[in-house]
Amino acid sequence: MALNIEQGSTSHSAYNLRSTFSDVEERHTLAVMVENEPGVLARVIGLFSGRGYNIESLTVAEVDHTGHTSRITIVTTGTPQVIEQIKAQLGRIVPVHEVHDLTVEGRSVERELALFKVEGQGEARVEALRLADIFRASVVDTTLESFIFEITGTSDKVDAFAELMRPLGLTEMARTGVAALSRGSAG
Amino acid sequence: MTQAMTGARMVIQALTDQGVDTVFGYPGGAVLPIYDELFQQSGIKHILVRHEQAAIHAAEGYARSTGRVGVAIVTSGPGATNAVTGLTDALMDSIPILVISGQVPTFLIGTDGFQEADTVGITRPCTKHNWLVKDTDALSRTLHEGFHVARSGRPGPVLIDVPKDVQFATGTYTAPEAIRSRYQPGTKGDPAVIAALAQAIETAERPVLYTGGGVINAGPEASRLLRDLVAKTGIPITSSLMGLGAYPASGERWLGMLGMHGLYEANMAMHGCDLLICVGARFDDRITGRTDAFSPQSIKAHIDIDASSINKVIPVDIPILGDCASVLTDLLEAWEARGSKTDRAAMSRWHAQIDAWRAQDCLRYKGSETVIKPQYALQRLEALTKGQDRYITTEVGQHQMWAAQFLGFEAPNRWMTSGGLGTMGYGFPASIGVQVAHPGATVINVAGEASWLMNMQELGTAAQYRLPVKQFILNNERLGMVRQWQQLLHGERYSQSWSEALPDFVKLAEAFGAKGIQCSDPDKLDEAIQEMLDHDGPVVFDCLVEKHENCFPMIPSGKAHNEMLMGEAATEQAIEAGGAVLV
Repeated sequence: MALNIEQGSTSHSAYNLRSTFSDVEERHTLAVMVENEPGVLARVIGLFSGRGYNIESLTVAEVDHTGHTSRITIVTTGTPQVIEQIKAQLGRIVPVHEVHDLTVEGRSVERELALFKVEGQGEARVEALRLADIFRASVVDTTLESFIFEITGTSDKVDAFAELMRPLGLTEMARTGVAALSRGSAG
Repeated sequence: MTQAMTGARMVIQALTDQGVDTVFGYPGGAVLPIYDELFQQSGIKHILVRHEQAAIHAAEGYARSTGRVGVAIVTSGPGATNAVTGLTDALMDSIPILVISGQVPTFLIGTDGFQEADTVGITRPCTKHNWLVKDTDALSRTLHEGFHVARSGRPGPVLIDVPKDVQFATGTYTAPEAIRSRYQPGTKGDPAVIAALAQAIETAERPVLYTGGGVINAGPEASRLLRDLVAKTGIPITSSLMGLGAYPASGERWLGMLGMHGLYEANMAMHGCDLLICVGARFDDRITGRTDAFSPQSIKAHIDIDASSINKVIPVDIPILGDCASVLTDLLEAWEARGSKTDRAAMSRWHAQIDAWRAQDCLRYKGSETVIKPQYALQRLEALTKGQDRYITTEVGQHQMWAAQFLGFEAPNRWMTSGGLGTMGYGFPASIGVQVAHPGATVINVAGEASWLMNMQELGTAAQYRLPVKQFILNNERLGMVRQWQQLLHGERYSQSWSEALPDFVKLAEAFGAKGIQCSDPDKLDEAIQEMLDHDGPVVFDCLVEKHENCFPMIPSGKAHNEMLMGEAATEQAIEAGGAVLV
């Protein structure tokens, strides 16, 4: 007997083109809309640590004050089965309203903001400034021995900038983690 | 619709408005205002347990046997931490309970106050949801939301932490009708996928239904629909430990329980089927054995209310997200609308194959005329209570598996056992909860002596409320299941698995004002069991059984369903190194 139903497809997800049980790890960006109530972030983080899922990046902030809604953006990695589990597990947390997988729900943009402290003098200091210009990083603080650069971009871009700054005297770095939105109208 | 009152009064009002008639609990400093209100009313009966863990298990027993939300009240700090095992148990088995815990006053939170614990932090991973209520005006709303969350979707335990000053303060009470919760899990399955399952039933040659606790949770209507489906299609049916009773044990298509200690015919049918329909079960590791060899030739359908249960362990072909009762209604309708077809010729070959497996008589054991075999004790208990208004609870271990194998359940909500968490000490307090809910029924806790000792203080509760619970202890003076595994896996080195310095159970019962019976002679067993059943009060029955009996059949860890151990023979080297790390 033959049934033409894609293995691993679920009735709550329209994205059944991939095999859910592949061993290949994927990187997914999830946007989780939650009730802005005490402990909600602990619930989300506790889910990831309790069930052994990865968090590569996590950002959270209130996005709708009157609607008491916060948006948690999580970048995670896992096999397709694990990613499906993460979404389903997130979805059953009582104060979670919506879970969006931006990686599969069409195109999205991702941005991260980072602050870099680069200390140095002479040629290295000039080179740091020159590279910052190329990366469109702006100087938000300066002393005679240091700069603080502010850079916004994808995580890859921030990583690349960090690589270049390291030999030029990078001493401290602060990153916000990824914020992401799907492209086009909200639908 | 709204009314001003103190927080403590609100708790009583909310319980009353939610139709609660019984709460289980234990007072303490941080819940004194609530207990003061309990004292001044008569609508809600309070059962004073002897340990908070027992309050939670009793509420579970109450909930599982009635289908309603069980309620417990505990104090702050140790009261709340003692509740953690019960909450985790209820979470694993999807039992709807609501626990109200006291908390130190809001101005003391965070100061390491006396009997302060971060209760919402501690219980966050072991509840479906929990709340700390810091404002009396929010209390009634939170209580009603708690009941709603506990019983909606996949049921589970919730906890509401109420600081003492919130109990004292006056606020506005809101009735449940005025509240609309945002938490509204869907119950209806996707018709297109249900139609695909109906089609699969028509062409299946070797179909099997595998049902679980979700059918019980979906209410009596789900069990009725399941029976209807089996009667109309002739599909053989097995169940997990949690689902026993949804289909009657006397039913024509009943295969018995499946899994690690499941019946040969049930496991062989799972292994050999070409269509596996899972209804409200979750492919637990006790069920699947080796997952890569699990039911290798079948198309798999899974009906479940919880999206995270689908494709978690076993990939399925026909996933249906919805309430069991709703989906079974739609499935029957869809299948009947298509002409109520099955492959009759193939099905009768399948039934014949199952009869051949059944003829193996996998529960066969070596009888004895001198020692009571535990299986025999349960067969006699079954025979002497058959047809009665009977509820069974169990502890955890060999006796639990034998109870599942040898007792027959004809209706849902009659079997209370700790399935997911495997909590020793569950059965006695659960039997108290069941008896409180069903005062006239015969409530029996099938126990092992070691498990039973874990919450034996509840004899005080049983005696105080004259609850005629029957504690049927299969006493082998061993942690039987541990001993069995040490025999099979650890070179017969019986590390710490015998029960030294056991009490005299008869005297122990009598010390609490209960009745004690001891029996060691198979010839006198019937008489002794009858004496237990006839006594109108709590009974501790010390049934001295064969000490080294092993529980079979058994699927060893790391093995597939068709690699069962059937008896004492051939158990050596049964579990390989890879399987030894599994539990």
